[in-house]
Formats: sequence, structure tokens, C-alpha cells
Amino acid sequence: MQLFADLLDALSYQPARNGKLRLIEDYLRHAPDPDRGYALAALCGELDLPSLKPASLREMTVARVDPELFGWSYDYVGDLAETIALIWPTPDLASHVPPRLSEVVERLRLAGRAEAMMLMAGWLDGLDATGRWALLKLAAGALRVGVSARLAKTALSAIGTVSLDEIEELWPQHEPPYAELIRWITGGEKPAARNTLGFRPLMLSHPLDESELGALACHDFCAEWKWDGIRVQIAAGAGEVRLYSRAGEEISGAFPDLIEQIDFEAVLDGELLVAKRIDGEVEVAPFNDLQQRLNRKKPSAALLLSNPAHVRLYDALIIGHDDLRPLPLRERRQHLEAWYAQRPRPRFDLSPLIQFSDWSELARLRADARSSGIEGLMLKRWESPYIAGRVKGHWFKWKRDALTIDAVLMYAQRGHGKRSSFYSDFTFGCWRPMIDDNGAPGRELVPVGKAYSGFTDEELKKLDRWVRNNTVERFGPVRVLAPALVAEFEFDSVHESTRHKSGLALRFPRFHRIRWDKPANEADEVETLKKLIS
Amino acid sequence: MPLHPQHWLKAIPGGLYCEPGGFFIDPSRPVDRAIVTHGHGDHARSGHGKVAATADTLAIMEVRYGEGFAREAQALAYGERLAMGDVTIMLEPAGHILGSAQVVLEHGGSRAVISGDYKRRFDPTCPPFTPVKCDVFITEATFGLPVFHHPPDKGEIAKVLHARDLFPDRNVLIGAYSLGKCQRVIALLRRAGYDRPIYLHGAHQALCDLYVARGVALGTLLPATVADTAKIRNEIVLCPPSAIGEVWSRRLGDPVPAVASGWMRIRARARQARAELPLVISDHADWDELLQTARDVDAPEVWVTHGREEALIHAIEQSGRKARALSLVGYEDEE
Repeated sequence: MQLFADLLDALSYQPARNGKLRLIEDYLRHAPDPDRGYALAALCGELDLPSLKPASLREMTVARVDPELFGWSYDYVGDLAETIALIWPTPDLASHVPPRLSEVVERLRLAGRAEAMMLMAGWLDGLDATGRWALLKLAAGALRVGVSARLAKTALSAIGTVSLDEIEELWPQHEPPYAELIRWITGGEKPAARNTLGFRPLMLSHPLDESELGALACHDFCAEWKWDGIRVQIAAGAGEVRLYSRAGEEISGAFPDLIEQIDFEAVLDGELLVAKRIDGEVEVAPFNDLQQRLNRKKPSAALLLSNPAHVRLYDALIIGHDDLRPLPLRERRQHLEAWYAQRPRPRFDLSPLIQFSDWSELARLRADARSSGIEGLMLKRWESPYIAGRVKGHWFKWKRDALTIDAVLMYAQRGHGKRSSFYSDFTFGCWRPMIDDNGAPGRELVPVGKAYSGFTDEELKKLDRWVRNNTVERFGPVRVLAPALVAEFEFDSVHESTRHKSGLALRFPRFHRIRWDKPANEADEVETLKKLIS
Repeated sequence: MPLHPQHWLKAIPGGLYCEPGGFFIDPSRPVDRAIVTHGHGDHARSGHGKVAATADTLAIMEVRYGEGFAREAQALAYGERLAMGDVTIMLEPAGHILGSAQVVLEHGGSRAVISGDYKRRFDPTCPPFTPVKCDVFITEATFGLPVFHHPPDKGEIAKVLHARDLFPDRNVLIGAYSLGKCQRVIALLRRAGYDRPIYLHGAHQALCDLYVARGVALGTLLPATVADTAKIRNEIVLCPPSAIGEVWSRRLGDPVPAVASGWMRIRARARQARAELPLVISDHADWDELLQTARDVDAPEVWVTHGREEALIHAIEQSGRKARALSLVGYEDEE
């Protein structure tokens, strides 16, 4: 556990990808089996441990330390796991053996909640502050050390002689602690492929740098809309079907309506949407509707009816027994179209190709695209084979410009992690008409969204100072601000929502510019936002 | 009936004032007479009339402020007694940095000890804290929360050496305050067997020279601010914490930024300091040491100053002693 704890600790401070790689490699070279397999599973988010409630962890801690001291400490540190790790009374370490990572995982996996809490208390006694922190992070399920599954697998590839693509292709067929895989990567025999329904790493795109557009020949590229759903891979054959998210996580269980329609043998790439066919036309619902489906591991019959799943296909990796990945996109597309034409399926359609004669025409199309379900454009090189990963120069995403609004900062809260001492989380609002207590018409501010990002470190410091000097009231950790500071916020889209007082919800709002100069009464009205509903 | 220190030792604007002696302790603005516990800028200021402190502290003040830092300076050895008015003054080691002292005051049959900043663990650059029994103990509370447990220095120094091995193409750049922390980190590296030259930011040079001149061995020290920095590769370099992430550090390529401070125990603080390698090395007492010290000096009453007072007061009261906050302004949390 100690080695793994030190790894997590170092990773949490290491901002650079290469630095992280070096740390994980170093760990994988030195950690014993099966610990390192479990460590990989933890980094890849593939450990399924019973989640421990923060309230029970807290309870367990105040049984051992003065609750008042705990309160002050938590207030100061701002993170529950970290506070517990630091404040946990250290017993005589010599009489406690620190647990191994494999022991923690194997016993926690089988334990019920109550037993898990007992186990945790015993292990916490045997670890130092870093070890305790790592254990609590592990039990909380989310490590949040800025490591993707792909990065962890890259490090694994680096300690042996097997390429990342080969690892990724076999990975889904194995379970933690991946004994066979690790044996193979470190010089042993390659495990047999058990089936062909494993996840195949996706081909990914780069954001388009518009200044480079001139250097690209427009006839080398096809253009498609960038659909506002989630990227999925369908792998089907021999009566079985798997639906994978872009990271290779299997999500078949949440989409029975889709799965029951799959009777083919192919591996396809497309966008998962919520959409209905109305008179043969596919109408895509807002992302929110898909979000409701993604939130349910087992959707209700009503939800299946109201939010039907749909896949818009744009590529084919394998059809029948033919691996199309080495072929250029031009040919893969022909195969996909021919395959689809044989028997169109209602829950599937093809992502149409956009006709354009030059970049400026395409730019115009992009600028006009405001309909729901479109995030921008994808440009794909006709000659590109299907290459796993984010390879430069083949696929580009060209997102549409964000929408903006001027809103007034209304509430502030301190951030977490790096920002735990700064007021960095803001609720902002716009004006709407009201009748005041005396019956006179006036205007009131109503919250329309929350934003945590988009400012520089320098601006964050200024915002923090402004918050401290302009607080009119406090509710626990929330500061109510004088309605005096306007900021321009960017967001991707607006939707109706019953959850917010304003009846609106913004998608991915973030700061664009702080308008120190702009009086609050000149901020936008809720009505203005409503006109932007897609 | 002994005269309780609350009648002759008061927090007034300017700092802690001893009326019958007519002097301040660590005053925050120029005063006529001052006792200075140690050389850190928020405790030792220039421009006083008469200053009493240890010879090391006076030497530090001279390096920082120049020769005329006070009208008159009086060196006191640890344990030496000095009378001022009706008050007897004595300095005892505080274990914080070179020259750091607690101030022991006796008046009217009672004794008060002002800890200044202090720590309880071993430091190769200064003598250890000596507990003095007293009626009132005035303690700092920089790390006055039970989340602050400084780990053994050895493990933190091992992290530095491991980082050097792990990143053979990078320097390890340690941000450390130039007075005390810098020299302690160097001395600890030497004790861990590290004998390569250690490179210094210009701001560290003068005080390292002073430490060496006053008998603290630091091994070979070389300036990092030189024209040809290409030769400095996979070395250990020390700079002030503020220089990390500044233009200055670019000369070192892509160093592993480390910061040596008790605050590094808190992850958010470490990230704010941009530390890739946070080193929990502190010159202040941690929570257990603060409580241990209250027991060791066995004072029936403890006054708590600069830091997180409320938690420490609560814990001291739980142990059956009186405790209260002594509001002194002007001292910083930095270390």
C-alpha cells in the first residue's frame, strides 16, 4: 500500500504528462504482483469497490478525535479524506502491519458497508498520513490524480515490449489484477484473444487551429456535423452485442432499446443520441435528454419511451469478418453506406456528408448551424486509415463559437483542491421584471448558472479579493455578493429546465471576460437568454 | 502574593510590552527598547533604539539591515541575566533558527516565558529548545491544528534524493526561506550523505555565508545565478519560494519544483506553491509539539499568539490549564 500511496501522492502534484508517465513506470517496475495490477485497475477506474459514505467516514473519525478539533480542521483543510488522513491519531506503528494494496482491494470488494468501515479503521491505524490519504481516495472510488486509463496503459506499455494498441485491444477481455496481461507485457506469452467483441481504441480528433486552415487542401477532407451526443463503439457478432463509451467502458446495460435492434456482425463507430423518428425524419433531442439516459444504469419503461436512444454512424472498423481499419476513410465510408443500404434500421442512421466547395463556404455553414444537437464540424482526411488514438493531421474538430451573455455575480463559494482558499465558484444571474412590495414595477436578479473556470490565476486573485470586500451576507460557506460586478460568460447552449428558478439551464458555462467597467444594471435580461434556446 | 504577569505584560499597539521593564518583545514598529527573539523579518525590525538579542541574532540583523540597524545593540548569551528596571531578562534556546531564543521574564515573584517561534525536533543548525518552568507561557500557534504532524525530516530529504534519481535530466529546485530553512535543508542533505555542491539563488548567499562564519558547516555551495547554467544538470538548487515559477528559474531548464515548509502538509497549499515535490520540513512546532511544550513548561496559564489560536486554546483547556488568545498583529504565517 505504501508504494501505491507514494505513487498517488507524487501523481497528485505532478502536472506534466511525461512526469506522470515516469512515476507510473517507476511504480510498475518496482511494485510486486498482484499489487501493481490492482494499482493499474485503480488508475484506470476499473475497481468496483463498495462506496463508503462520507458521513460514515466522518463518524468513524470523530469517535477517535475531539469533534470540535475535527470541525476546525475540516474547515481549514477543505477536503474530507485529507482531513481524516491528517488528523487520524497515529498509533504505535510498530505494532500495526500496513496492509498490502491487494489485501485492501480483495477484502473491500467482498465486504458489506459495515464490515468495510471496520476494515478501514484497522488499516488506517497501520498507515502513515500519505498511506491513509491514498486508502481513503481508493475507497472513495475517484482518485482524481489526473491520470487517464490511457496514460496508465501507456506506462504499462513502456515497461515492456508490447505496443499500447495491442494492450488496449486485449485489455477489455481481462479483469483486475490482469495477471496474464502483465505477464505477457513483461516478457511472457501473449494471452489468447477470447472473443472479437473487445473494445477497439478509437480514432480521435484534434481541435482545428483556424489559422492552419489555409494550409489544408479542402478536397482532401470530408466534413460532417459534430453531433452533440457521446461517442460510442458498437461491437456485435455471434449473437452478442457490446456498446462501449469512448473510453472503452461498457454501457450496454443502460441501452436495451438499442441493443435489441442489433442483429448484425460488425464493429461500428458513431454518436449516441436521444432522437425520435417523426415521419421518417430523425429529430435529435437536446443533450439533457441523453444525460437522463446516461444517469440510469437501468432505465424505466417510461424513460425508454420518452427518450429513445439512437446511433448516428460515421465509421466502420469491421464489417462481417473484414477488418476495414487499414483502408482509407473514402473506402470505409463506401463499405458503411453499402452495408447500411442493405437494410436500414430505425434506430440507426448515417451521419451525412456536408457538401462544400471551399473553406469559406464551410465556415459559413458552421456559423449558421445553431440547431440542437450540433456542436460544430468534423473534418476528416479522406485518405486516413482508422488509427487508434489522437494522431495529428487526420481528424479535426471545428467547434462552433460559444454563446455569450453579460450576467451579474450573485453568490461565491470557495473552490476545492488547488483553490481551496480562493472564492472561485460563482453563481451568476440576469434581470427579469417583477412587481415590488409597493406594487411598483421593477427588476430582480435570478440565478441562471454557475461557473468555475475561464479566468486566469491573476484574475482569480482579483475576484477573490473582490468577493471578500463585497460580501453582504453569508450562509454557511456561501457568500452573498453585492450585485455590482458583471462578467461575460460563455456557454455552449441554453435549455429549458424545471430545476432552476429562471427556468433555464446553460451547458458548460465559463467566464469569458470580467467586466470591471460595466454597471450591473446593464447586464442582460433572462428574456435575452430565452431567445438563445436551441 | 506574586504579581500575575497579566499586570505587567500586555499586548498593546506595537507588540507585547513589559511595563516595569519599559521594553517590547519583537515589536512590529520602531521602539525605544526591544528584545528580539530571532532574526526573521516579522520579529526583527530595524530602527529600534536599544536592542537586546543573542549575538547570532544581532549578526543576522546586521546582514539584513546593515550596520546601523539599531542605535545600540546588546548581545546576550543563552542563560545570561540582564536587569531592566524591575525585570530580569534571560534568553533560552528556542530551536527555531540560528540565534533564536525564548525570552524569560521575571518580575514581582512570577515568571513569564515568551516562546517566540520554536520547534522541538533536532536541527543541526541551532541548539534545541529548552523548556523553562513558568507561570505564564506565551506560545506561537502557527501549526495549531491537529492536522499538522510534521513527519521525520529524514523521509523528506530522501524524497529529494529520489527525485534526483527519477529525473536524471532535471535539477531539483527547492524553495526555502533564506534564513533558517535554507541552511537547515542543506545541513540535513549533508547529514544524509549528499556531498555534491549545492547551488544557491543569490538571495541565499549572504545568510549561508553568515551561518558558515558562525560555525555551521554547509559543505560546498556554488552560485546558481551564473552565465553558464548548462553545466547545472541534475543538481540540487535552493531559491526563495517566490522564485519558483518565476523567470529566474527558467535558467535551470525544467527543474522539479520542491518547497520546504510545514504548510506543504496541506495539499491545496502545496499546489498553490506550485510544488511538484512538497517537503514537510518546518521550523515551527507541530500540533503534538505545541501540546507537549505546554506540558513541559508546566505553566498553569498559556497565552496563544499568531496562528490558529482557537483549536490550541481548546485543547490546552481540555488538559486542565487556563488558555487565552493574545492578539498580536504583524506576524506572518510564513516559514
